[in-house]
Amino acid sequence: MLLACVGCYALKYAGMSIPQRILDSAAVRRVALLLPVGLLAALAATQTFGTGERLVVDARVVGVFLAIVAIRLRAPFIAVVAVAALGAVLARQLGMP
Amino acid sequence: MPAADSVHRTERRRVVRNGVVMGAATGAYGLTFGALGVAAGLSILQTCVLSLVMFTGGSQFAFVGVVAGGGSPLAGAAAATLLGARNMLYGLTVGPLLRVRGARKLAASQLVIDESTAMAMGETGKRLQLTAFWSTGIGIFVFWNASTLIGAVAAGALPDPRALGLDAVAPAAFVFLFAPRLRTAQAWIAAAVGAVVALGVVPLVPPGLPVIVAAVAVAGYALLARVGAPSTPHAATDPDPMTEGEPGHDAHGVIRSHGDRSHDVPQSDGPEGAPGGGSTDVPQSDGPDGAPGGGR
Repeated sequence: MLLACVGCYALKYAGMSIPQRILDSAAVRRVALLLPVGLLAALAATQTFGTGERLVVDARVVGVFLAIVAIRLRAPFIAVVAVAALGAVLARQLGMP
Repeated sequence: MPAADSVHRTERRRVVRNGVVMGAATGAYGLTFGALGVAAGLSILQTCVLSLVMFTGGSQFAFVGVVAGGGSPLAGAAAATLLGARNMLYGLTVGPLLRVRGARKLAASQLVIDESTAMAMGETGKRLQLTAFWSTGIGIFVFWNASTLIGAVAAGALPDPRALGLDAVAPAAFVFLFAPRLRTAQAWIAAAVGAVVALGVVPLVPPGLPVIVAAVAVAGYALLARVGAPSTPHAATDPDPMTEGEPGHDAHGVIRSHGDRSHDVPQSDGPEGAPGGGSTDVPQSDGPDGAPGGGR
């Protein structure tokens, strides 16, 4: 945990310190631009379907699906989160694992 | 000039207010983090330390998510650090603007996150940009940490997080975070590559590692996509027409360094959605607007 904290801070500090010209490399820029999208999508996918080393379909899928609908309707963060939780709760009430 | 001064004061107040509102909005998100941190098996203190010291939402959720999924703290640290890498890019954006040293640089570095950078870049004029950065950064820091504590304490009183649907909250939060960035075909493909590769390796590697494998794949795609788009390297060196005539920049050095970077973080929450030069890639406005869920 400490390692992660130090790592995250070091990155912030490094960004403030690195000379501009290094990031003028188009390759570095492109990776840095697309990486967060891919990484967040990977996290969302694994946490929707992953349980340990298995892929499962359970109530989370319902919650996340309803959250996506809420996001498309431009709901604020709080509403999206509430919809996700509520969706999963309802799906479990209806018997989903 | 008293008139100009009062105009500036009004503007300043608006910028500070925006920063505080942003802080409060993000603070609510801290409640979720506090609850999830405790649900993942961290103590209240550990959860609060993450918010205080790590202080970058996406990375904190990633760390907690990996740990909750049974992954080792080391895998969580790797995922969190990778996800925090974008803050380095933000530091490059606001660094030349802030021009701080010593203790102030240490403090400013900690506040370099999506929202503070985006709010700063949303303003014109160095003074207002500075105000936006500090007010948003400090606002979020205060609200985020207070709400993390409340969320962590409240979660301790809850019996089973799954019964409350909390296990669906984190993935939904991630979708919320990247959905605004899905404004180009390349962003959609990056999201699809990340999600598909991660799911593909879930049965093969320990928890926590799938996202890292996915990150490598996404980086590989990003490099290939650059080769496939011959106009992009040109765009990276071209002066951005959007910021060329932008008023309010006094020092020439600031205009230059800011102009080069500013298309990285033009709108709040969507810095990754705007590729170099804007017009040379896929047209931004034509993309599937804010629709999430790529790659499922």
